[in-house]
Amino acid sequence: MLTYFKNIWIGFYSALVGMKITWKHIFAKKVTIQYPDERFPLPSNARNRLQLMPARCTGCTLCVAACPVNCITLETVRVVPDDPHQELYENGTPRKMWVTRYEMDFAKCCFCGLCVAACPSDAIHHTTDFEYSSLDRSHLYYKFQTLTPEQAEEKKRLFAEFKAREAREKEAKAQAAKPDAPRPEAEV
Amino acid sequence: MSEKKKIDIEYSQLDSERMRINVGPQHPSTHGVLRLEVEVDGEIVTDVVPHLGYLHRSFEKHCEYMTYPQIIPYIDRMDYISAMNNEWPYVMALEKMLDVKVPEKVEYLRVIVAELNRIANHQIAVATFGLDAGAFTPFLFYFRDREYIIWILEKLSGARLLYNYFRVGGVAGDVYPTFKEECHDVIAKVRKTNAEVMNLLIHNNIFIKRTAGVGILTPDVAINYGCSGPVLRGSGMAHDLRRDEPYSIYDRFDFDIPVGKGEVGVVGDCWNRNMVRMHEMEQSCRIIEQALEQMPMEGDVTAAIPKRIKLPKGEIYSRAENPKGELGFYIVSNGTDKPERLKARGPSFVNLSVIPEISKGYMFADLILILGSIDIVLGEVDR
Amino acid sequence: MQSTNFIWDLFGVNLLTVVAVVALPLGFVLIYALVAILAELKISAWIQERLGPMRTGPYGILQPVAEVIKLLQKEDITPDASSKLLYNLAPFIIFSGAYAAFAVIPFSSAFMPANINVGLFYVFAIGSISAMGIVMGGWASSNKYSLMGAMRSVSQLISYEIPAAMAVLSIVVLSSSMNMQEISHAQTGYFWDWYLFGGPGSWTKVFIIPFTITLAIAYFIASLAETNRVPFDIPEGESELVAGFHTEYGGIKFAMFYFAEYANMFVVSAIFTTIFLGGWNSPFGEFLQGPGWGVMWFILKSFSIVFVQIWVRWTLPRFRVDQLMYLGWKVLLPVSFICFFAISLFVMFK
Repeated sequence: MLTYFKNIWIGFYSALVGMKITWKHIFAKKVTIQYPDERFPLPSNARNRLQLMPARCTGCTLCVAACPVNCITLETVRVVPDDPHQELYENGTPRKMWVTRYEMDFAKCCFCGLCVAACPSDAIHHTTDFEYSSLDRSHLYYKFQTLTPEQAEEKKRLFAEFKAREAREKEAKAQAAKPDAPRPEAEV
Repeated sequence: MSEKKKIDIEYSQLDSERMRINVGPQHPSTHGVLRLEVEVDGEIVTDVVPHLGYLHRSFEKHCEYMTYPQIIPYIDRMDYISAMNNEWPYVMALEKMLDVKVPEKVEYLRVIVAELNRIANHQIAVATFGLDAGAFTPFLFYFRDREYIIWILEKLSGARLLYNYFRVGGVAGDVYPTFKEECHDVIAKVRKTNAEVMNLLIHNNIFIKRTAGVGILTPDVAINYGCSGPVLRGSGMAHDLRRDEPYSIYDRFDFDIPVGKGEVGVVGDCWNRNMVRMHEMEQSCRIIEQALEQMPMEGDVTAAIPKRIKLPKGEIYSRAENPKGELGFYIVSNGTDKPERLKARGPSFVNLSVIPEISKGYMFADLILILGSIDIVLGEVDR
Repeated sequence: MQSTNFIWDLFGVNLLTVVAVVALPLGFVLIYALVAILAELKISAWIQERLGPMRTGPYGILQPVAEVIKLLQKEDITPDASSKLLYNLAPFIIFSGAYAAFAVIPFSSAFMPANINVGLFYVFAIGSISAMGIVMGGWASSNKYSLMGAMRSVSQLISYEIPAAMAVLSIVVLSSSMNMQEISHAQTGYFWDWYLFGGPGSWTKVFIIPFTITLAIAYFIASLAETNRVPFDIPEGESELVAGFHTEYGGIKFAMFYFAEYANMFVVSAIFTTIFLGGWNSPFGEFLQGPGWGVMWFILKSFSIVFVQIWVRWTLPRFRVDQLMYLGWKVLLPVSFICFFAISLFVMFK
């Protein structure tokens, strides 16, 4: 009988203990950060949207190899020596590769930071910007290349011409080295 | 035959119609997309069949097409609540295969982040367990505190939840100047909230009535099912890889392994499983304090490793104590930069298998509590 | 001619009064429910160290209005497999059950919609109707969760009604009246004349003070169960039954469940106020005593009880269904019986 009343009292008392704690919290300082008005400062190394610095990118494709979700599309064209349009990297050395296409699909990106670690020239880095959500998936497809599509076509054409010329020169050189050799056309 | 016995037998022959209920995949208390096919007789659960696979991402097959460092972000997404702890056994396996010695500072840093993450995981476990019991306030107290832990981890690694912080031979980010003070600050906050929740929830009479003596898991059943972590320790078995098979530098720290003692209820019930987590938070705090004291602040955070990681031919099984239990990775290497086969032994998956065994005969509301006390993460169950 | 004019025959010149008396509590219920919803949002937030709604209106005070407007805009869905008539009827029954109880609540010495002699009896009779609505709604939804919620609700009803009735009956014995207005009148004076502290009388009443306080607590616990609030919200039981009996409801029908819950909270608080806290009486003798101030005192007292209900909700975990019955039958019922017995003895030998 005594334990019966004791149990009732313990049950009632433990509820009172809880209510005392919650009562204290009513007057405690609130921790809410009212987001768009107040912001919590993100650390500088926060891994959010990626940013490419085209002036540093050499087009080495190490980031493409490092990416676990294949969200980077990279296409490069070699710089042709006789192209009137020449560029320097940020550190002053002449550009060897045109980055005709550098596109990132942030719908795929998992923000792991492996591309940043892989980049030898520090061209790619994370920003603290996380507010880029969009209603259209195509808006998450970022293009970082500085060349316009026409320019890219131009570079590709120049490189193809350069290559063809090089091949011709090589052939000519080979012929010059071995004049006795029969010409391929002659056999036909 | 006495009158009462006769009535009992007659009553037992009355068979009422049973009802099959699908708990999940969309249900507030299945902690993800788990589906439990429950057969109830009125309120009494007579059968439970867990159905898995709603979150299956074919993690193991994916790994066969990825290089070793690329797998780490995927491992984060297994048990996304304790990602730091997940990465550890995998990285440890690679380091063992490559025979890399990681710097002293890295070992301490790894212990600290893993224990911080263990606290964060247990906070969620206890919080959601309280939520299953209907107590909403402790849930938000713990989420408030977990945020402080996440801020530290974010400053270290750059991400809030999916850190990708452990790298082969080191970690991705160095400590920042106020790291030690912030850690001590967080430990003080964790302890304060724990003391509060002890009074508000754990020792609340209603909570005790709901959880004590419910879902009793005896030690032999737990071992037969391969349970580990707080689920096993709640049954009174002091099995902890940090103590039994000390990896990294855990042999340098002084900490206890909490087991279910049955202060309230029976050893192996929901209350004791939950209590083990409360005690483990305190032990993690102790480990962090010791590690902070011993950790050298100077030095590099990466060892010299080859740029392109190629494992020698062979196989390895590496395991570590995850907050939820024993997490193991079995890696078969064929000498290239991609694994031939990678098998993960997830603690949540193994612990979940014990549900049908321990939830029969309890009431429907208890089933939810038993599920909550096991502390599963569906990301790891389905992988 | 005469047959069409039956309303006039029934009420005569009092028709306008009747309309006013009916409309006044309805307006009060609607406004009160909005305030109570806001209070619930804000108090729960403060307990959890949050700010709560801050965007709709200054400090978020228009949040409940926004919620109701949202619910009104939603599509009115009736599930195909449901029993249509019962499904659509259930919210109305629950709401009218809650609203009908306002008929006998003495807001002030001058205002009480229906001054009937068996007011307390009426409240208990009407209060059970809401459980009927829950069963109707739960069964008609043809959802297994709803069905389980409805079944739990029935078992809950029979467990808490009797202790609550015993608690009220003890006060009826003390005041020798079931008319809520008369019970309020009997407690005029200072706050120690309330039935919480044994009611008016000589020093001998100290013997029954522990019993009346126990009864007040017992009634309060039973009233939590009556309104389906935590720790007794097992018919809803969000963590196991998703939303219990109203899982399938949405839009305006859900809004009616929502309003009925808050209206019920006020009803049980008003009864608590009337029978234990002196109703519309001022706690300090003639200080601000009167019919006008009475409304203020009554609403103030009732709101503090509503506040305690909200406070309890955000503190305690939920009971299991068998534990509720244990509490109802094996704890509250014996305790209230003991108190009833003691008070009866006191009244006999006073």
